[in-house]
Amino acid sequence: MQSKTVQTKHAAIRYLEGGEGEPLVFLHGAGGMTPDDPILKELSSRFHVYAPFLPGFGETEECETLRDMLDFALHGWDVVEALGIKNPILVGHSMGGMIAAEMAALAPNDVSRLALICPAGLWLDDHPIVDMFSLLPFEMPKYLFHDAEAGAAMMTSGLKMDDPKFLQDYLIRNARQMGMAGKLLFPIPERGLAERLYRVKAKTVVVWGESDKLIPPVYGPAFQAAIAGAKLVKVPEAGHMVILEKPSAVREAVEALA
Amino acid sequence: MKFTWFNLMPWPYLPDDFREKHRSVWVDIDQRLFDPVKSNEVYNTYMDLLEYADTLGFDGIGVNEHHQNGYGIMPSPNIIAAGLARRTKDAAIVVLGNSIALYNPPVRVAEEFAMLDCISGGRLVAGFPVGTSMDTNYCYGQIPALTREKYAEAHELIKRAWTERDPFAFNGRYNKLRHVNIWPRPIQQPMPPVHIPGGGSVETYDFCIDNTYSYSYLSFSGYLRAKALMQGYWNRVEERGAPDKSPYRAGFAQTICVAETDEEAERLYSEHVSYFYNRCLHVYPGFADAPGYRTIKTIQTGALSQYAPPRGGYTQLTWKDLTEQGHVIAGSPETVRQRMEELIKGLHVGNIFCLMHVGDMPADKCMYSTKLFAEKVMPHLRNMFPEYADDDRFWCHPIAKRAVPGSLPAAPTTAPGAPVRNPVPAE
Repeated sequence: MQSKTVQTKHAAIRYLEGGEGEPLVFLHGAGGMTPDDPILKELSSRFHVYAPFLPGFGETEECETLRDMLDFALHGWDVVEALGIKNPILVGHSMGGMIAAEMAALAPNDVSRLALICPAGLWLDDHPIVDMFSLLPFEMPKYLFHDAEAGAAMMTSGLKMDDPKFLQDYLIRNARQMGMAGKLLFPIPERGLAERLYRVKAKTVVVWGESDKLIPPVYGPAFQAAIAGAKLVKVPEAGHMVILEKPSAVREAVEALA
Repeated sequence: MKFTWFNLMPWPYLPDDFREKHRSVWVDIDQRLFDPVKSNEVYNTYMDLLEYADTLGFDGIGVNEHHQNGYGIMPSPNIIAAGLARRTKDAAIVVLGNSIALYNPPVRVAEEFAMLDCISGGRLVAGFPVGTSMDTNYCYGQIPALTREKYAEAHELIKRAWTERDPFAFNGRYNKLRHVNIWPRPIQQPMPPVHIPGGGSVETYDFCIDNTYSYSYLSFSGYLRAKALMQGYWNRVEERGAPDKSPYRAGFAQTICVAETDEEAERLYSEHVSYFYNRCLHVYPGFADAPGYRTIKTIQTGALSQYAPPRGGYTQLTWKDLTEQGHVIAGSPETVRQRMEELIKGLHVGNIFCLMHVGDMPADKCMYSTKLFAEKVMPHLRNMFPEYADDDRFWCHPIAKRAVPGSLPAAPTTAPGAPVRNPVPAE
């Protein structure tokens, strides 16, 4: 993947680009993205992938003028416009799925296909989503991964969870990323998407890791029911970070939309 | 010097195994630990103690706002302050403060503070905290990264509501009000003095300097640990070219326990100090600092969250540790006087918020300590900054002739003002 920059009205957006084929925009979740993420490798083996870093993530600066859901959805379209692509496939993971769904509801004629990977954006009173903002670093893996131990190693690149170097970097990165994500997800990750999903026209697949403990898989059928004709793919032995644990299954689900 | 007797109002019945059995004293504290019937006594005792401090000559009596908190049962400090305004005579009513980003609309704060100022005869010292992350974000659901912007807007609205004499429209991002026109308005002109509690944010330093507000560091870890943070503030005061370095530009909260001797202080107070530092400050660290609540700039300047306990936790701190490291200033009047002098000079602060009710301290011990401080310590600390004696920018200005509560005339037996009918003829 190549690292590049594109300018929108609000910010200079860093993005990763790679692969050939139909244009596909990948929107990362609140945990951010790295160039080595296996999902990017998988998707770029079949598509021309553009993966922008949201403001506050990676090398994209924070942006104070993005405040609410509409700002973020329009920002998504600003980035697509600035990249000069038309009718992209939108793939979003977690918070990125929430943004992708909003984008598809906002401009239903401009999305060729839509893949929502463990998306945020709905709230079921009987299945409250854990308060991810108050979780301590060492508590994260068990919510994010099917295999928490292997997941922890992925999160810290091998450092120990209580290593001061890991913690210091984590504190700054977490404040930037989750600070920005909080505008959409704090204190409850719901901003009225349920009332707008009827507008989505794109052929849609909803993908869920069966062991997701952050946003439980029961949310899968809720998304499926709200989007006409949506397909639901459940991935075994994968948690919320299905894009790390089973990236090829995600790629297959996206491919199957064609 | 201005000494304010401050009561956090801790719940005094947290069980011995609170730390082991419960993850947090704040936000998700166990409902079942609060006993509403017992609270009747607790609230009234705490208010009595604040009123007692007024009779001993403290300059102010202070209250603050916390939510879902086992060491602060005052979600609405204004309710307590209203009671105090009626039952006290001279002390400033220091409300430190109202978390203005939480009031919808914030003119509510302008109105309630105006009421307090009017009822107390101009004795209000107002406070505008951003609010801790626990209160503001985790209890009251404000989005962390937008909290400061919302706070700034609320501040602008309140200030204008207090100072403008004609109705105005306020088209804010968070507040759309077509007719702002508060009624009543405060006695103090152009507005009551304002203190801002802060925890080391550079932005808050600047906010205080720009508005001529007093910066208050409300820490529980004492003056020795506060040195670097307060020095940061004074450096900033100089950098920003403020016209003076008046000590009244700053305030500091300090736990203080006075007895006849150092030994007696330990004997009387150590269990209550331990209750406070071990049980009351047992906050789940995940609630200390919601991502986005502090600015990246502040995190990078290395200001630690004021709620982060020292390495190893407080449990290992003995009375000796707590007093030697300055978390607590305790001992004989002479010991306390010396250490208070160190604090006042070392931090260069003119406003002291005296935390004299500690943890589950019973009323008699608290009164004993308070009286000794008022009579044997405070008088010796009065004149620490003679060159700034005239600086009254950061304190209230009560009216000279104030109403006396409870001074209705005798209940009339006939219609007032009507001519007396059938007067009894004189013998």
